[in-house]
Amino acid sequence: MFSKRKITVIGMALALAMFAAGCKKKAPPPPPPPPPQPVETPKPAPAPRAPTVSQFTAEPSTIQRGQSSTLRWEIAGDTTSVSIDQSIGTVQNTGNRRVFPNDSTTYTLTATGPGGRITASATVTVMSPPPPPPPPPPAVTVTLPTRLERDVQDAFFDYDKSDIREDARAVLTRDAAALKSILSDFPNATLMVEGHCDERGSAEYNIGLGDRRSSSAKDFLVQLGVPGDRLKTISYGKDQPQCTESNESCWQRNRRVHFSPGQ
Amino acid sequence: MKRLIWIAAGVAGASLILSAQNPDIAGIITKDAGRPFIAIPDLKGSGDAQSFMGAFNQTLWDDVSGAGTYRMAPKTMYPLNVPQQPSDFAQTPTTAESYRGRNLSDWSGPPVNANYLAFGYTAVQNGVLVLYGWLYDLSRGTTANAQVVGKRYLGSVDEAGARKVAHEFAADIIAVFGGQSLFGTHIYFVSDRTAHKEIWVMDPDGKNQKQVTHFNSVSIEPAVSPDGARIAFTSYYHTNPAIFVFSVDPVRDLRFYNQRASVNSSPSFTPDGKQIIYSSSAPNDRCCRIFIANLDGTGWRPLTSMGSLDTEPKVNPKTGREMVFSSGRSGPEQIYKMNIDGGDMERLSDGTGEAANASWHPDGQKIAYAWTRGYATGAWNIFIMDVASRSYIQLTHGEGKNEHPTWAPDGKHLVFASTRGGRPQIYTMLADGTQVQQLTTAGHNERPVWGK
Repeated sequence: MFSKRKITVIGMALALAMFAAGCKKKAPPPPPPPPPQPVETPKPAPAPRAPTVSQFTAEPSTIQRGQSSTLRWEIAGDTTSVSIDQSIGTVQNTGNRRVFPNDSTTYTLTATGPGGRITASATVTVMSPPPPPPPPPPAVTVTLPTRLERDVQDAFFDYDKSDIREDARAVLTRDAAALKSILSDFPNATLMVEGHCDERGSAEYNIGLGDRRSSSAKDFLVQLGVPGDRLKTISYGKDQPQCTESNESCWQRNRRVHFSPGQ
Repeated sequence: MKRLIWIAAGVAGASLILSAQNPDIAGIITKDAGRPFIAIPDLKGSGDAQSFMGAFNQTLWDDVSGAGTYRMAPKTMYPLNVPQQPSDFAQTPTTAESYRGRNLSDWSGPPVNANYLAFGYTAVQNGVLVLYGWLYDLSRGTTANAQVVGKRYLGSVDEAGARKVAHEFAADIIAVFGGQSLFGTHIYFVSDRTAHKEIWVMDPDGKNQKQVTHFNSVSIEPAVSPDGARIAFTSYYHTNPAIFVFSVDPVRDLRFYNQRASVNSSPSFTPDGKQIIYSSSAPNDRCCRIFIANLDGTGWRPLTSMGSLDTEPKVNPKTGREMVFSSGRSGPEQIYKMNIDGGDMERLSDGTGEAANASWHPDGQKIAYAWTRGYATGAWNIFIMDVASRSYIQLTHGEGKNEHPTWAPDGKHLVFASTRGGRPQIYTMLADGTQVQQLTTAGHNERPVWGK
């Protein structure tokens, strides 16, 4: 019973509102005289209806910083003002607007009419742009020790000799190219040219002999264009052997010049 | 009596000739036949002192037997009644079996056949270990005349104290024949027992081994100043090999200035202790010439000319005017001698094999050195050469590699490194090659040098 009556009231209000709207909008041919209405009971004037928001969207709702989003809105009902915050201000009942928010922003639309006020909100989420693409990878991603181990070979010597043998000449020629490439890839690096000896000569003499081996190898490399100021010589004599067996195979392995990162 | 067999090079065919040399050149160690026999029965301690007598008796025996002054009468021949003090001897000779040992003749006659008898005892008195020690000359016939040494020695009541009094008693026994005790001298050496080559020091009997450097690098080539207060050595602590000079007590870096060079190495002290002589590739990284400099490295000047590989310079301790060094100037490494002012260069080794590690005898007339003569390359043995005559004797004979001999301050002993047991270890021996004692066992030990 209560609901039936409410429906009736709303229906009448609707009719009245439509009538009123019609009067406002249409050009005024003189209205026909109101038909005499069978007035049964005088009814109170219906309360003005509050405006409603039919639509308020941000499209797209997620943007990259620097891109735009479009707000669209549509208000139904009587309004005296419609506005959107975030410095947009007063707008028409229906409209759209491109926005360029720097950060994620919630836009609030406020519609005010005789029947009241209503708000709606739409949020634009701003994503940071992806980091710039990484710089092109450096020419080498391997470490200096790895490069030396991979690209540079030991040069070997005869017993009690520091002159460059024929096989060492070939090795050092290849090494020169590799060393130039390595030194250009590692512009701050210096390299140690280590001289080593086998276990047979006296310990003190071998420090000198190892020094001579590293000097001859360095001289040879410098002649081939390896920058001499980035090669440092050092002799370990027979104090840092890479094998300790007392046979010619091991002795030969220890009579060498070896390259290592500078210290 | 002082005959010593020297080996000299054969003229043409490298055949070895055995020849007897002039004794005043050759005689370093009195041959066995010339040494008196000594009996040293184990001494006993009263009360608490007895617990240290194992260490005491071992030290006393080792010192006297190692000195090269006496021959040791074997203990198994000793009578059971060992006198502990002079009053234990029988006043009148007795043949009673229960008295065997109480007559001088029980020690001088068979089976002991000793010429000397050392005896005594220890006791703890007022918190001090006291040794009463006597040495009797058995040839003098009566106890009243026999005493050569009779002294009281004081030490702490522990094993170290027992060793100390044993060393002192032994020193007095050795001194009877002009021998010099090595107790109190030090042997510096290189050990890798900490995983890095560091300089270490020990007593001449291998006791009290202590680490001197803590560089965690490669530290090698120790040398001792004549007064024993400083050492010099080479270390890779600053990357390239460089010379360091340290005081010993306390251990302190005395800051040796190194020339800018790829190699500064092989330092030793001049006899006045005021300069360092060494091997350096300065100024152009062409290794190496001999240089001499002040103790702090300043005032350096080269002594040899460019173009050869010279190292291991050692100045004659007696004259201070000449030095020996090793060099590859004429091919394989050999030992040379020259005056410090640059003149009179001569090669001492005969050009065969390789020769290195020359070390002056304290008398400035002989060197000990390592040589591969007669053996394969790298098979070093210890030799002694009389510098004036260049005659030499060989002390080791292929028992592993034997290198870096240096003389003890007494001029009778040598310390050296040998691989005879596998890994290199430090040994001492008499200068005739006998009485070999191993001093180290932990890690690899090499490059010993004997100083005060």
